[in-house]
Amino acid sequence: MRKLALGILIFVLWNACKFGSGDKKMLPIYGSREPVTKTINGKTITDTIYQTIPKFKFVNQYGDSISNKSLDGQIYVADFFFTTCPSICPVMARNMLNVYNAFKNSGDVKIISHTIDPKHDSVPVLKKYADKLGVSGNTWWFLQGKKEDIYQIAEKNYLVAVKKDSSAAGGYIHAGYFVLIDKQKRIRGSYDGTDPKQVDQLIADIKQLQQEPDQIIVQ
Amino acid sequence: MKLKATGILAALILILYLASCESDAGIEFKRYYSTGALVYQTHCQNCHAADGQGLSDLIPPLTDSSYLKNNKGALACFIKSGLMGPITINSKAFDDVMPANDLSPMQIAQVLTYVGNSFGNKLNTINQQQVEADLGKCR
Repeated sequence: MRKLALGILIFVLWNACKFGSGDKKMLPIYGSREPVTKTINGKTITDTIYQTIPKFKFVNQYGDSISNKSLDGQIYVADFFFTTCPSICPVMARNMLNVYNAFKNSGDVKIISHTIDPKHDSVPVLKKYADKLGVSGNTWWFLQGKKEDIYQIAEKNYLVAVKKDSSAAGGYIHAGYFVLIDKQKRIRGSYDGTDPKQVDQLIADIKQLQQEPDQIIVQ
Repeated sequence: MKLKATGILAALILILYLASCESDAGIEFKRYYSTGALVYQTHCQNCHAADGQGLSDLIPPLTDSSYLKNNKGALACFIKSGLMGPITINSKAFDDVMPANDLSPMQIAQVLTYVGNSFGNKLNTINQQQVEADLGKCR
């Protein structure tokens, strides 16, 4: 009888826990932020400005020019790779394919994979890579641009550690992060692109972002 | 009665003896296979995947049993020196570069035994002596 009571108690507690965690928490907003005070219609309002991804201009695998504007109103995932990378890139591509397949028909989710070896990864090389990976259409862009620009935006903005290290296999070392950006271009998550579990979490988080009301937009 | 018991005991000993005899090859296989699984994880899995499925049309799967069987003697060289140029796997064309892997003949034998007996393949044990002989014939 006591065992039964204990069992019921555990069951109730467990459910209580489950109920608590079932409450959807908003995804965090990363990066620096600063409060601004403005006066609108005689009222003083304090607002927060979050760090956002700045302007950029790259070229995709079709040779089209892609800028920050091309991603307006889109949730997107950014990562950094190169086509001849023998170490973690195949794993990242395999995991990113899951993200691609989950959202290729959704219309409001994109993936941008920046090459960190633009010298080798020309537009035709990227197109061939995308074709072989089984990626078509405009959901997943493979972007090429000036190396300085890509390293700059990677380090300063996507918070991804990308740096040249000739001693590593393939000549480059990079962290393999997938970075989640919301429709307001704010950083909402970073995930280990080599870990299938974290990539599952990324897919779940994108679905949550899709549900987020647009009025949270803070300019 | 006593005779019967002795007979049973003798039969049991015989069975045990045969079983242990037979498992000599089995033990060798298991030793190669289990270490080969670890070599695979470290050196092959990133590209060829845990389930040997490769990656789309970029990296071939390791599931084409007839390809592996027909090229059994060349597999050690593929690992040691890498592979480039067009190949057909599961009737699909692949034409990218596989990098060379600096593994010892023993490690190559272990990983070949693992791959050769996983993912639907059945090549039995590929031992160190075999790999050393095969490596001598690399082009």
